[in-house]
Amino acid sequence: MTGNALPKDPYNVIITGVGGQGNVLASRILANMLVRKGYAVTIGETFGASQRGGSVMSHLRVSRQGSWSPQIPKGKADVVVALEPTEAVRVLADYGNPDIMIVSNTRPVHSVGVIAGDLEYPPLEQTKKKAEELSARAWFIDATDEALKLGHPILGNVIMLGALAGMSPLPLDMEDFKAVMLTSLSADKLDINVRAFTLGRELVSH
Amino acid sequence: MSELFDGKEGTQHLLMGNEAIARGALEAGVRVAAGYPGTPSSEIIESLARVADKANMYVEWSVNEKVAMEVAAAGSFAELRSLTAMKQNGVNVASDFLLHLAGSGTRGGMVLVPCEDPGALSSINEGESRYFARMMELPLLEPGDFQEVKDMVKWAFELSEELRMLVVLRSVTRLSHASGMVTYGPLPPREATARFRHEGFVLDPQEGVLISAPVGYKHELQQGKIRKAREMFENSPFNTYTGPEKPEVLIITSSACTLYSKEAVHLLGLKDRVGILKLGTTWPLPVNLLTRYLSLTDTIFIVEEVIPFMEENIKVIAAERAAEIGIKKFYGKNDGTLPMVGELNPDFVIGALCKILNIEYKARPDEYTQAAQNIPFTGEAPHRELTFCPGCPHRASFWSIHNALELDGRKGFVCGDIGCYAMAMLPTGFSVVKTVHAMGSGSGIASGFGKLGQFHFDQPIVAVCGDSTFFHTAIPALINARHHKADFTLVILDNSGTAMTGFQPHPGLDVNALGDTVPSIDIADVCRSMGARVEVRDPFDLEETRKVLNELMEDEEGLKVLILRQICTLSPEKKAGKKYEMSINEEICIGENCGCNRLCTRIFRCPGLVWDTERQVTKLDEVICIGCGVCADICPAGAIQRKEAGIS
Repeated sequence: MTGNALPKDPYNVIITGVGGQGNVLASRILANMLVRKGYAVTIGETFGASQRGGSVMSHLRVSRQGSWSPQIPKGKADVVVALEPTEAVRVLADYGNPDIMIVSNTRPVHSVGVIAGDLEYPPLEQTKKKAEELSARAWFIDATDEALKLGHPILGNVIMLGALAGMSPLPLDMEDFKAVMLTSLSADKLDINVRAFTLGRELVSH
Repeated sequence: MSELFDGKEGTQHLLMGNEAIARGALEAGVRVAAGYPGTPSSEIIESLARVADKANMYVEWSVNEKVAMEVAAAGSFAELRSLTAMKQNGVNVASDFLLHLAGSGTRGGMVLVPCEDPGALSSINEGESRYFARMMELPLLEPGDFQEVKDMVKWAFELSEELRMLVVLRSVTRLSHASGMVTYGPLPPREATARFRHEGFVLDPQEGVLISAPVGYKHELQQGKIRKAREMFENSPFNTYTGPEKPEVLIITSSACTLYSKEAVHLLGLKDRVGILKLGTTWPLPVNLLTRYLSLTDTIFIVEEVIPFMEENIKVIAAERAAEIGIKKFYGKNDGTLPMVGELNPDFVIGALCKILNIEYKARPDEYTQAAQNIPFTGEAPHRELTFCPGCPHRASFWSIHNALELDGRKGFVCGDIGCYAMAMLPTGFSVVKTVHAMGSGSGIASGFGKLGQFHFDQPIVAVCGDSTFFHTAIPALINARHHKADFTLVILDNSGTAMTGFQPHPGLDVNALGDTVPSIDIADVCRSMGARVEVRDPFDLEETRKVLNELMEDEEGLKVLILRQICTLSPEKKAGKKYEMSINEEICIGENCGCNRLCTRIFRCPGLVWDTERQVTKLDEVICIGCGVCADICPAGAIQRKEAGIS
């Protein structure tokens, strides 16, 4: 087994978002990158409601030891990757703690309650403030907008994973990213995904 | 995933629990696998179907779970190893056959894998199949982590062959749909020959007839097998103990709860005070093993989901062995230490252990908890209600059903069924669905309502079912309705696949689980052959759909069927591109001044349309909109506009 020491074992990552945003796919890519580094990963997913606009979450436990609970204990997440900004703060209610780090996409996905006018969607500044207040550090990046510039909103996920590589202590290397992506997509699509991953890393570097 | 089959012996892989089940079956040399899709079980059959050719297997999506179990049993009767997988409800469907199979016994190893859903994460019940194992007198296994999932499946086949009886291996959502590390074992040779021997002596289990009679003889034989299973379980390597020699508390657990218990002991730093007895064999329970561990301490804490199955069975053993082991204090579900409903997690076990041992635990500082815990209720993160996907044909169908019922004015309602469309009890389907039970029950209940005319019942009844559900269990209900001249309208929401579980094929399609071209059965033909009046429409044609529905409701004679055919928006072919480019003409959308009272966003509620509170107009979210074009017909002012999209 090779690879860096983890700051904590198990090291706990939550990927959160809204059904249809590709949460499960993002967790698979991340997990397989870590497996290539020799870690044992346990993933817990909620995808019953995943296609239908509900909140969805993946819990990743990264360890040198083996299988852990697929549900992270309350208050014990180390990093949150949020594909949608209000989901970034929703997660903190149960899993947040003063040392948590957050990286969040800024583009909102309005729930039907908001669309119908029954609920209000908070302004981004308010979400950012709450996230900063309840974390050691929070990054907000325009992943979907940047992905649209690259040609497809779905690349937003890869930008978010690139950002995670840039801001977390997890050993997320480009070589592992390429190898994992090549197991699920054709070689001609690799380039655009590499650009998205690199862009994500740059977006959190300052 | 080709590595499910191609991965070499000794290599480690990150597998979803369902893939681990499939790999275990492959390592056992399974030849026949049949199931009916249902979350969280579907990936087992899917994974096997993908490698069926390489592995020399026959795999099918059967019409329902009872037939799946019968198909798999035929494989076993012909001396092949066979597997059937289903979600918890499926065991109820299959149980009629199950009872007889338990009596007749099996030949080739046969394993039933029910995948249950504690907490009902993707179900409308949290049913348990463990009691079936006890009720049908069958051995029950419950793996506790991902490696064990694979290893136990393989062992289950060997056990089945040794005992000549079906073995049940229960999974749960947090194993089936979670992922962990699995080390592969070897795969067996590819060759296999099937032969059903039936000319031996009538009671010969290997060469005679397969039947559960003569009942007294066969039932006694079956109970002998169960006794043998119990003896084997006494020494099973899947029952393990970790902890001190003299623990203060003994946790007895199984399945995913093993991981929760391990986590709790770790976080509380209790490994020198609390022992964990993890049981892999939960029916029949190994009495001597339990007697030994129950003797370690007088404080026993049983951790399991959902019903206290182990708890009650262990208490029987504790009572029978009381003279030997003394009086125990039990903590678990019956005394309220753990909740009786819902799934567990590490925090439930932590809370319980704190109570039992009178210790304190804080996951994080109190100030943080105070600041964070109310987030979901303070508007920081607005609640997300489930809704149909953007572009979902069901939204259009229920819009028309809702409007037709309103126009009809006789307080009509919808008898719902199991599928994505069960969500039509929520505002996403305009809350028209008023009953939802088992698959096919919408039609069966409607058949009953449709015979209440003599009691002055005059409300029009609409039942709905999906295309896969139609074949699963709606057909007998429809035959019943037609034969008894029950009055109702069935709307078949035909989106060309078992959409909710990930597009598994069904008999209405010309493709099977293996990807072969096969004969399809036309739903309209089946309904017409019963003598029903049958209409077929496109649900995206809102006006025509509403019109024909009202006609059918007014036609009071007997069974009427409306097939609304539009492919699911998540199907691979549909995902390829948008049919329409949608836009909002902001000059025409005059928002609150229109008189429509924001019909498009307040009532129609497609996630692709968003109300812009600042500018007081409806706007389009181009990332979410799928371009179905239906909302253009909703807007009374014509502000929502569509134009044919170029081929993408």
